[in-house]
Amino acid sequence: MPANPFNGFTDYGIGIGLRVPHFDHILSRKPAVDWFEIISENFMCDGGRPLEVLDRILEQYRVVQHGVSMYFGSSEKLNREHLKKLKRLVRRTNTPWLSDHLCWGSVDGRYTHDLLPMPYTFAAAKVTAQKIRAARDFLEVPICVENVSSYAEFHVSEMTEWEFLNEVVERADCGILLDVNNIYVSSRNHNFNPFDYVNGVPPDRVAQIHIAGHSKFRKYILDTHDHPVIDPVWKLYERAIHRVGRTATLLEWDDRIPSFEEVHGEALKARQFLGHFEKEPAKT
Amino acid sequence: MANAVMRPLGPGDRMQRKWIDGRLTRRVAESFIKPNARLTSFERLEIYNQQYWFRLGNCLYKDYPGLRAILGDRAFEKLIREYLMRYPSRSYTLRNLGSRLVKFLKTAPGATAPRRQLALDIARLEWAHIEAFDNEARPPLEPNDLLDANAAKLRLRLQPHFSLLKLQYVVDRFLIDLRKKVGLRGEASNAIEQDHHGEKNKLTRNLKRKDNFLAVHCYQDQVYYKRLEPGQFVLLSALQNGATLERACVRLAGLKISEDLGEAIQNWFSDWMALGWFCGLK
Repeated sequence: MPANPFNGFTDYGIGIGLRVPHFDHILSRKPAVDWFEIISENFMCDGGRPLEVLDRILEQYRVVQHGVSMYFGSSEKLNREHLKKLKRLVRRTNTPWLSDHLCWGSVDGRYTHDLLPMPYTFAAAKVTAQKIRAARDFLEVPICVENVSSYAEFHVSEMTEWEFLNEVVERADCGILLDVNNIYVSSRNHNFNPFDYVNGVPPDRVAQIHIAGHSKFRKYILDTHDHPVIDPVWKLYERAIHRVGRTATLLEWDDRIPSFEEVHGEALKARQFLGHFEKEPAKT
Repeated sequence: MANAVMRPLGPGDRMQRKWIDGRLTRRVAESFIKPNARLTSFERLEIYNQQYWFRLGNCLYKDYPGLRAILGDRAFEKLIREYLMRYPSRSYTLRNLGSRLVKFLKTAPGATAPRRQLALDIARLEWAHIEAFDNEARPPLEPNDLLDANAAKLRLRLQPHFSLLKLQYVVDRFLIDLRKKVGLRGEASNAIEQDHHGEKNKLTRNLKRKDNFLAVHCYQDQVYYKRLEPGQFVLLSALQNGATLERACVRLAGLKISEDLGEAIQNWFSDWMALGWFCGLK
């Protein structure tokens, strides 16, 4: 029995993102995959090929929704039409939880389609938490917010990123999608110890973990999701699992996507860490 | 910050040195973004400014590969920057990013000169392809639904995924060949994509100017371009615009139809019903 609504999905195991280049392989070969994560926005349409594929996937697999444009951190109100379409999709997929990012990205109705970093202030945390609560009440499904990778920090910030994340999730009473690659990327871009971040997150709110690859440039690291997971990120993952216990884990690979087998094989490397915690989390 | 992120890039894909009000952008960035040991405030802000244009550009590259092929990379890049300045995204999904490109092309002829009409034809077909790919397919009309129907009052509704195009260039074959080369339309993902330009292709040589009537539709979850006879186009256009079946058929008067008109119409409807193009009565 889960201790709370956020970390009770221990049987979900290891999933991968459902991506167009793998559609035919998955539908024809039906590989054994614990679950698929879908980008909600790609399926918030009225019909056509995307929904046809999704319905066939749902016949065989568990699906969890992940969004990229709710923009809990934007100052404008939630988009009602967006929420209605999202709710239709939630009913279709029966997703046990729904995630989106702790960021902003739209202003005055204009969308940047980026995950822009927030100023880590108490005022921003309060407004963001209100929007998360409003979305959860409308969608009637647990919501988890994901930490983003970032390249800029603001003068006005009053706390660290993980303190801000904690402030938001406590106020919103929501879960966390902990992206350990994003923590690594941000830690290199902002010079903090990534283990401080992982150790600073409340373990009982972590519903899901993301792992991914990134690209290194001369002066910064970019979150590109186009490479295998590097060892330092696996170490962060190991630490996160050690704190939160067996947790639904997903590999993101969104650009220069290799074969299905290669992506799935990379994701399954997480088994070596999950295997140590078959039953109970070892909190420290 | 949003204004800085969405502002056009300057020479060399760098963030513009001068801010909107004439101040140095460096000063503006310093006012709200911290520098670190490796990057100035300007450089940190510039990452977001660059990624905005690279991400949206990549999305339009994937949605409009034909337009890009006939214009060339440099002209296409200039075009989409002008387009996004005029029509920034107002949708939560990147799927709709190019929804106003045809409208933009009509009002900005200089952007595609000297191949304005060809560019417009290709852009219309590429947008129709997107609509066919993920618009709704409603339950098709069955022959039994038309029993006892009065042609003088019958108004047929076409599928949401169905588009009817009258083009001046034979662009359908070109686009099919091109799509085989560049692959499927991508998904919306907010992971940052690196700026990778596609291969230059030589398919544009075979593009001929000739009236070309097309139906773009989805059948068994595949997008198809079906060439139409002029009479078929006239009839379907009339129906799409809300004419009754009888009035739509009247529009065929004077057109050269290769077979008996009644027989032709019967054959056409037989095909269209089999393809599920009609989804109800108005």
